Amino acid sequence: MKKIEETLKKLFSNQYRQRTVSYLIVVLAYVIIETAIRTGNISNTIKSLLIPTCSYIVAALALNLLVGYLGDLCLGQAGFMAVGAFFGVVAAAFFAKYISSNVLVLILAIVVGGVLSGACGALIGIPVLKLQGDYLAIVTLAFCQIIKTLLLNLYVGIDSRGLHFSFITDNTNMDPDGVLVIKGAIGANVTKKLSSFTAGVLLILFALFVIYNLINSRHGRAIQACRDNRIAASSVGIPVNKYKLLAFVVSAILTGMAGTLYGLGFSSLKASKFDFNLSILILVYVVLGGLGNMTGTIVSTTLLLVIPEALRAFNDYRMIIYSIVLIAVMLISNNATIMFYLKRCKEYCRKLFPKRRTE
Amino acid sequence: MKKLLVVLLSVLCVLSLAGCSGGSGNGDAGSGDGGTVVKIGGSGPLSGPAAQYGIAVKTGAEIAVEEINALGGLQFELNVLDDEHDGEKAANCYAQLTDWGMDVSMLCVTTGPSLAVADMYQEDGVFAMTPSGSAPDIIAKGDHIFRMCFADPEQGVAAADYIAAKGLGTKVFVFTKSDDEYSTGVAASFKEEAAAKGLEVVGEYLFTSDNATDFPAAQAQEAGAEVVFLPLYYEDDTRIIKACQDLGYNPVFFGVDGFDGALEQEGVDVAMFEGVYYLTPFAYSAPDEATQSFTAKFNEKVGYNPNQFAADGYDVVYAIYNALTAGGATADMAKEELNVIMMEQFKTLSYSGLTGENMTWDASGAVVKAPLVFRIENGALVAAD
Amino acid sequence: MKFLSYLISGIRLGSIYAIIALGYTMVYGIAKMLNFAHGDVIMIGAYVAFFALYRAGLPLIVSLLADVAVCTVLGITIEKLAYKPLRSATSLAVLITAIGVSYFLQNAALLLWGSTSKIFPTILDYGFIELFNGELKISYLILITILTCVVIMVCLTLFVNKTKLGKAMRACSEDKDAARLMGINVNSVISLTFAIGSGLAAVASLLLCATYPTVTPTLGSMPGIKAFTAAVLGGIGSIPGAFLGGLLLGIIEVIAKVYISSELTDAIVFSVLILVLLFKPAGLLGKKTNEKV
Repeated sequence: MKKIEETLKKLFSNQYRQRTVSYLIVVLAYVIIETAIRTGNISNTIKSLLIPTCSYIVAALALNLLVGYLGDLCLGQAGFMAVGAFFGVVAAAFFAKYISSNVLVLILAIVVGGVLSGACGALIGIPVLKLQGDYLAIVTLAFCQIIKTLLLNLYVGIDSRGLHFSFITDNTNMDPDGVLVIKGAIGANVTKKLSSFTAGVLLILFALFVIYNLINSRHGRAIQACRDNRIAASSVGIPVNKYKLLAFVVSAILTGMAGTLYGLGFSSLKASKFDFNLSILILVYVVLGGLGNMTGTIVSTTLLLVIPEALRAFNDYRMIIYSIVLIAVMLISNNATIMFYLKRCKEYCRKLFPKRRTE
Repeated sequence: MKKLLVVLLSVLCVLSLAGCSGGSGNGDAGSGDGGTVVKIGGSGPLSGPAAQYGIAVKTGAEIAVEEINALGGLQFELNVLDDEHDGEKAANCYAQLTDWGMDVSMLCVTTGPSLAVADMYQEDGVFAMTPSGSAPDIIAKGDHIFRMCFADPEQGVAAADYIAAKGLGTKVFVFTKSDDEYSTGVAASFKEEAAAKGLEVVGEYLFTSDNATDFPAAQAQEAGAEVVFLPLYYEDDTRIIKACQDLGYNPVFFGVDGFDGALEQEGVDVAMFEGVYYLTPFAYSAPDEATQSFTAKFNEKVGYNPNQFAADGYDVVYAIYNALTAGGATADMAKEELNVIMMEQFKTLSYSGLTGENMTWDASGAVVKAPLVFRIENGALVAAD
Repeated sequence: MKFLSYLISGIRLGSIYAIIALGYTMVYGIAKMLNFAHGDVIMIGAYVAFFALYRAGLPLIVSLLADVAVCTVLGITIEKLAYKPLRSATSLAVLITAIGVSYFLQNAALLLWGSTSKIFPTILDYGFIELFNGELKISYLILITILTCVVIMVCLTLFVNKTKLGKAMRACSEDKDAARLMGINVNSVISLTFAIGSGLAAVASLLLCATYPTVTPTLGSMPGIKAFTAAVLGGIGSIPGAFLGGLLLGIIEVIAKVYISSELTDAIVFSVLILVLLFKPAGLLGKKTNEKV
């Protein structure tokens, strides 16, 4: 009994409270939604949002690692997601030939998507090390555009002899039993849907686990030191470039995994989906949730995916309302007067709360 | 401060989730089984760069529903949602439509979203007919998926045949939008058929929507092309034709059904399109009564003339109506019964509408009708022989 | 000769990018923010010019002035309503707000003017200058586009370097607090910068639509991103840098399209950007600042 109490105390101590809350929210949401699904008390609308929401949450968490802890603005999340999605789809189609278990195929595909995306992260990491601020942002944006253009011209086929790649025109020359998995501009449209809500939630938990363990380790503190003052950090012997690269690659791996989850959640996928606007969208989730605040990222991503769907009743005015909400939230959360009053309300509530307890 | 924001956000989140499910809950009340109307769902881009196609289809379909409801027999209710020309959003639209209680469907307006949701319709056994998703892959997704417009390859073949038969020229230059499956689909079949018909494709220029501004028309001129083939939508057509004319280069321009609407752009100097050929199943200027009445109604609603997208939307609703009435459907039938009737009737249905006479559908869900070639003369559409 | 004609069309495209990039660079230099709504101000400018020229039938000069006036007012309004309250907020908050403004303008245009494209009227008689015995034809429109761009660049440089207001701008760009202490009204300088940037957007919209005549609600987004890239390529915050970056980007784009691979144009353009930044991390003409601890 005492042990349990101690563990609980430890979990909610200042050091651990943030991660405990994050994990709890995810698990709680999962239990509630899963129960609703099992009992049939859930609308199709919400069901259809589940897998994309999980993917975007993972991508946003990965971006928050970069923006919140490394302090670098990255506009290339869509590029990493695209790599994960497309190669995840190819990997899934390939493994499905040899492995009958869907779960195993999904796991393997996510690993392949993550590894390839991580490799791209290392590749883009090299120029990133030299740059700062908005120059870095534009390089990641450029990278995203390059990935999109290359994927638009990619053809991948699978037949009994294995995988066939070709570029710009379809020269895969497959055997008659071959299937074109990726068809250039049309993208992938014969994907077997493997992603599930459970897989999505597990991926979120995995991402939280990786990120929290990273930022609370020696490496994580070094990463934050680079953010707070690069020169001071290097003067005390922290290899800044190494840690920047580490954060980039970890973020890219997680984003790639999110991409695979996304790609295997739909039966068709187009490269033009992964454009600059998608990167911006993920950045909006991160900023609105709070830099470095993982729980906030999870909540804001969910919210911003649900709002446009909930606004469908307004039809024509939907997107305009969305943009106004976006501006208003930014103005209000940065308005000193409003935040001052909110803080006073909070203090007032706090005063009320302990009184009741003593009674 | 941050925590406060998080709390605020979570409250909003819960509220909007509640709003979301609440809204659909209301829909459930009058859903699928029974009810007094047949619910037709669909999605299309109503905002964003492709919005005009979605809006055209939606308006055309609305006109058809109003006309049908005025007849007093079977009553329809239409719900076309905004999918922003995006597969993910189309899947959300599909889910929302099922919550709303959709009986039969117009699938999606554009190809990408249609591909993304077609197998969901197939799995759920809902009849779905895309008005304008022209890739052959769409109807290949299952036997419940049908199509109202031509397939991309049919257009490419028809264009090559016409150019060869009428001797418009032997050297052809093609402009293709490489990130658009419609454009690449038509271009591929055109090049194949052109080679078979003895035409020489002297060059192809590929571009993407990200660099669809500056067109090196001089490439076509230098290659000595007599015909410029444009498997594109009309905005790109307009820019390319202008780029050619700026150079003083005037080949024969040959467009496909995406060209339709070029003359309706506000501020357009129709003289620039003089002599352009294009394929379309529908011309709003056609003298028949049905077209004229449709054009007048469409104009009243949105203030410009309808294009073939609008006509396709109108025809889809009427085809569904014809099938349902022929099968003796009533509004209180369950979704499954209605779909059985649809599947049965479409085997034999022959429908004459705005985009074709005596259209029939084969087992794959493809429509059987012939593309028509039109030519622009003195700023008006004339059927080319 | 062919190469020369492609080069000229590259310079034309580059001149338009350069004018837009000048707007980005001015605002970035003073307010230290990426104004993502800049491309959409261009779109609004294009619609205003269209209505003035086509619906109202006004002469070109009047339309241009009306366009500049509307865009300037729009630029200042956006600055006052959306950006000014965020002066002390993080740059990311400002960035997100700018994105919100961009969405707002696009969707407002869609609601107000519909999604079907409008065709920009011909504003100049398309005459040609013939060089090398008629082997090279250059239309007057191209010459005017390039000339306008050069004139704007020279005027801006003179304005920033030689006038008192320009001095105030440079002071704000160096250090806002110090500038305030010296009696400079920082807020009005920032408003002035937005006014100039948006006025340039109006000019850019006219030139853009005269060359590529379809007007749609999403018209500004891609030129906006390309111009932003151009500004970074030249060194963001630098006026000659934006000019140089714009021209280079336009030329590379057209040459890559014609001679290398038209499918991969974008990949090539952005690869060049990454390569340049690898060797010159602050852009071609950007100042390399040494950080102090």
